[in-house]
Amino acid sequence: MTNTAIAASGLRKAFGDTIVLDGIDLDVRAGTVFSLLGPNGAGKTTAVNVLTTLMQADGGTVRVAGHDIATEAKAVRAAIGVTGQFAAVDELLTGRENLQLMVDLSRTTPGDGNRVVTELLERFDLVESAKKPASTYSGGMRRKLDLAMTLVGNPRIIFLDEPTTGLDPRSRRTMWEIVRELVADGVTIFLTTQYLDEADQLADRIAVLDQGRLVAQGTADELKRQIPGTHVRLRFTTVAELDAAAPLFPDSTRDDEALALRIPGDGGTKSLRALLDRLDEHSLSAEEFTVHTPDLDDVFLALTGHTTEPETEAAT
Amino acid sequence: MSATTNSKSHSMVMLRRNIKHVTRNPTSVFNAVLMPVIILLMFVYMFGDAFDVGVDYVDYATPGLMLLAVCYGLGGLATVVNSDMTKGIINRFKVMDVSRGAVLNGHVVASVLTNLLAIAALVAAAFLIGFDPSAGPLDWLGVLGMVVLLGFAAGWFTVALGMAAKSPETAGIAAVPLVMLPFFSSAIVPAEMMGPGLRQFAEYQPFTPIIETLRGLLAGAPSSGDAITAISWCVGIALGGYLWASATFRKRA
Repeated sequence: MTNTAIAASGLRKAFGDTIVLDGIDLDVRAGTVFSLLGPNGAGKTTAVNVLTTLMQADGGTVRVAGHDIATEAKAVRAAIGVTGQFAAVDELLTGRENLQLMVDLSRTTPGDGNRVVTELLERFDLVESAKKPASTYSGGMRRKLDLAMTLVGNPRIIFLDEPTTGLDPRSRRTMWEIVRELVADGVTIFLTTQYLDEADQLADRIAVLDQGRLVAQGTADELKRQIPGTHVRLRFTTVAELDAAAPLFPDSTRDDEALALRIPGDGGTKSLRALLDRLDEHSLSAEEFTVHTPDLDDVFLALTGHTTEPETEAAT
Repeated sequence: MSATTNSKSHSMVMLRRNIKHVTRNPTSVFNAVLMPVIILLMFVYMFGDAFDVGVDYVDYATPGLMLLAVCYGLGGLATVVNSDMTKGIINRFKVMDVSRGAVLNGHVVASVLTNLLAIAALVAAAFLIGFDPSAGPLDWLGVLGMVVLLGFAAGWFTVALGMAAKSPETAGIAAVPLVMLPFFSSAIVPAEMMGPGLRQFAEYQPFTPIIETLRGLLAGAPSSGDAITAISWCVGIALGGYLWASATFRKRA
């Protein structure tokens, strides 16, 4: 199919006895953002490494831009750009020299290399630091330079491996803007992230990866329907108080260990007021009151029955 | 564009990049170029009178220090090779279809050029303090050839060390024995003057025939026996280093 940018079926990869990717099926349409969502250690980086020909798969077939990654690696490489998890910039070279290096190595740079470099520096707001070595750049600037380097060959499919991990909120937003601009130009983006809101903001389709398997796939809205919505959490000081409060809210679930009550709601002021009024009517007061919006933990709890564990990424 | 021309132009781009690296890292310039000159001055002025080597000490030591000049740059080489492998930029190069050859050749050739610069500085300094070789133009050509061959051998071996190390720091440490090895050869004092054990080591380690070859050439009396041994060592080390480096490159993604 001509409008499929990336198609994988039965993709498998193991390191020794550790199965990292356990039969992954993907279909990414051209010109869309596809997000692979998962905690550290889920296999996201390995997936990117295999899809970008950096690692060989143990099984399954993958076609990127219509080319088989195993037998037509060169053609795949010519069509893609990759920005890895760790900004792959040359620290001893200046921003401009880094971009020039990419122009020199690129076989398909359209037009005059110098102009391409200047345009990218302007587009990524790096003109002022263009003559400084990349080692002096902040994390956000490095990521921008990294992405600018990826764009030198004008790739139509771009892989971004956790592009905003470790960035401050402002740099994150800048990154999101850049991704949106790229998609507007018709570029296909394959993005991995551990942030639900990032996938929500950017992705047309999201696939949730857990321990090497895709546990869910769909649009952000489709996924959200599968996970618990916003809820209010009340924590009491005694079991007696919890016992008294629980019957007042029929939808609620109790957590006896924490002396807490979880009450589903929309998080709006009206429903909150009603909730507080109800407690007041019965002369009850909670020790702690929190409004909880769903995050990656909730997605995982709902889809896999376990929370995200803080693991370190197995593969580099 | 054919694959060969592509790889050739990539090699040139990589070489330019590596040369920029050398010039922008003051420590590596100091270690590679100035340190051998300082050691020359130190040995000739501080210790030179203490060693009885039969000839003017500067004439004896300069060929040995040429080898030291090659080795002093190696710690930096191992470190930069490893940084390339561990800091993610290698993946960018791979995705851009930059060949293994281009990446590694760039490092080795830049290292050989640094070696030549260091040796030029060393020889110039030696002449200033009374170095008086009796080498003819052909002998000098032989010296150049020997030094370049040694540079490639040491370069490939160090690139392999750098690739095999886990981090840039351990890569730097892995190259230390190479930097020390010239001291345990006939570079500074003749092997006969060393204690038992050390003496045998100094006589049979690869650097000694290389130094003796250089010494012979500079004295205008090259010894073909030493030269054959020296060339065999260099070719062997270069080939071993090349194969090891290439194998490690394939293994590390």
